[in-house]
Amino acid sequence: MSTSERTHLPAQAGARTSTVVRLSGVTKEYAGGVRALDGVDLTVGAGELLGIVGPSGSGKSTLLHIVGTLDRPSAGTVEIAGHDVAALPDRRLSALRSRHIGFVFQAFHLVPGVGALENVAEGLLYSGLPRARRRALAADALARVGLADRMKHRPHELSGGQKQRVAIARAVVGEPDLLLADEPTGALDSASGEAVMDLLHALNEQGATIAVITHDTEIADRLPRQVRIRDGRIVADTTRGKAAA
Amino acid sequence: MTHSRGVRRARRARIGLKAARLGPRDVLHVGSAGLRSRPARVVLSALGIAIGIATMIAVVGISASSQAQLMRQLDALGTNMLVAKPGEAMFSGEEIKLPKDAVGMVGRIDGVEEVGATADLDRSVRRSEKIPEGETGGIAVKAATERLLAVLRGGTAAGTWLNAANGRYPAVVLGHVAAERLGITEPGRQVWIDDRYFTVVGILDPLPLAPEIERAALVGWEGAQRLLGFDGHPTAVYERSTDASVPSVQRLLAPTIDPENPRNVSVGDPSAALQAKAATEGAFSTLLLGLGGIALLVGGVGVANTMIISVLERRHEIGLRRSLGATRGQIRIQFVTESLMLSGLGGLAGVALGGAATGVYAHTGGLPWVVPPWAVGGGFGATLVIGTVAGLYPAVRASRLSPTLALQTA
Repeated sequence: MSTSERTHLPAQAGARTSTVVRLSGVTKEYAGGVRALDGVDLTVGAGELLGIVGPSGSGKSTLLHIVGTLDRPSAGTVEIAGHDVAALPDRRLSALRSRHIGFVFQAFHLVPGVGALENVAEGLLYSGLPRARRRALAADALARVGLADRMKHRPHELSGGQKQRVAIARAVVGEPDLLLADEPTGALDSASGEAVMDLLHALNEQGATIAVITHDTEIADRLPRQVRIRDGRIVADTTRGKAAA
Repeated sequence: MTHSRGVRRARRARIGLKAARLGPRDVLHVGSAGLRSRPARVVLSALGIAIGIATMIAVVGISASSQAQLMRQLDALGTNMLVAKPGEAMFSGEEIKLPKDAVGMVGRIDGVEEVGATADLDRSVRRSEKIPEGETGGIAVKAATERLLAVLRGGTAAGTWLNAANGRYPAVVLGHVAAERLGITEPGRQVWIDDRYFTVVGILDPLPLAPEIERAALVGWEGAQRLLGFDGHPTAVYERSTDASVPSVQRLLAPTIDPENPRNVSVGDPSAALQAKAATEGAFSTLLLGLGGIALLVGGVGVANTMIISVLERRHEIGLRRSLGATRGQIRIQFVTESLMLSGLGGLAGVALGGAATGVYAHTGGLPWVVPPWAVGGGFGATLVIGTVAGLYPAVRASRLSPTLALQTA
């Protein structure tokens, strides 16, 4: 990835194969006429690490859901990893999520009562891989997030930061094209939050494409690209070189 | 990294954008996840199903056990015994008698293996001469041939049966009901018949095929002729033949005994009544079965209720699974599996409970322990149907849950 400042043009020549997310004119209206997103254009290339920043109610959660294919837009087109989401029925959309998108939530959403390894392996449950392979990949992923020594620990035996690292391992175990992290540090103290952000940076350096949704400008400021959103519109999209960080 | 990238590429090339199927083991894994996290609730909601199934299994099992007992008894007693008695007189007042040599004639019929006879004597039996003549206690005095007990496949509870030695003397053998009514428990005692004391030489075992013998005091054929003025005409001829010849013997019995007037002889099958009883024992109580059915239904409603609560509580899990790539169908399968396991568990417990209840009943009643496989299969099948029906609505609700709503931190 380029280390210099550059603008993101959706139709940039040659960008097609390396484009993970392409949103154009995406509008989302809820019943009652509430317009959460209003003509959003956004392109995310492979290997990017970006923050989607905005105050609560700005539409960033809606944007996350639409990029994550958990919700469909009222208007506009959404293309994830080269697939036009509007054309896909539920089954294929689920398959798309299973193979191309990983989620990290503020509330972790780990399965209580089962160990870290099983929780991470759950991330591959719908991938069609055999069980032994899922567990082996889960062990690898746990090692990557620095929890190789916590394989058997159950969620209640882990700290908040460790839980979020397990959740991140679950999200990346399938090597998704896109990792969506929704306020990943929201439930953590600043030290654990820092560690989680460091982990996301490290994963990005290994090649993962990551979008962090946050209201915290301090976190966003440390990311190479920031997409600021307010009242359902993108108001700023800035990229800076990593060297300047 | 490069290794797993290779895996990823290979996987994509292989399956494209197609939802993967969950293997049976994975279906069980996701289906049981909810049960494992709430064991107390599982036990309580499975209990309803268990009670229903246990009731049904016990009702069927207990009646089957009683029936098996009767069938076993029938097997031991045999269904190849017939009794010939004097028929109804055409004109009242006319007394029909069987010929004196009826036993010999019946013994010559093909297939007949044993023949015995009794003759009703118009006498009463009492403990002593001091007891008024009218108090017979419902006990008949009969003359009996030596082979009678062999025909009935009976035995003596105490003492001996009539034989050539004691049959000529004032000796008497009591049926077990007669002995009870006279208050005699062992041989050696004396009873008053006609105008003399007879010595009790034996007491018989119960005879389910011949209740009339159970209520009789039996005197030897010769002794009765000598001491009680018996004319030698039998009033009942008992015969036992091979199983195969029962129909032909039945046909030939009356014409053999009285070739001129076969109508004067009536032929009966004492085991027929026992067979009919066995058939009615097998028909279990519909009322109890209905109660079991209602318990089962209530249990099913309990399971459905548990499942609906489970879906509400696990919105986050559903949202998470959808985000991990579960299709709507896979969410449905997960909850139907959970419901099936819940009611299946109840069904298994119910089968065990019902089987145990039947066992206790059979053990205390001295019956064989019988739980028909069709009842077990049917009961367990019913729980699976109930589990599917009860789980379907909650499962559909779960699958329709919007993943974005499910993921909202409430």
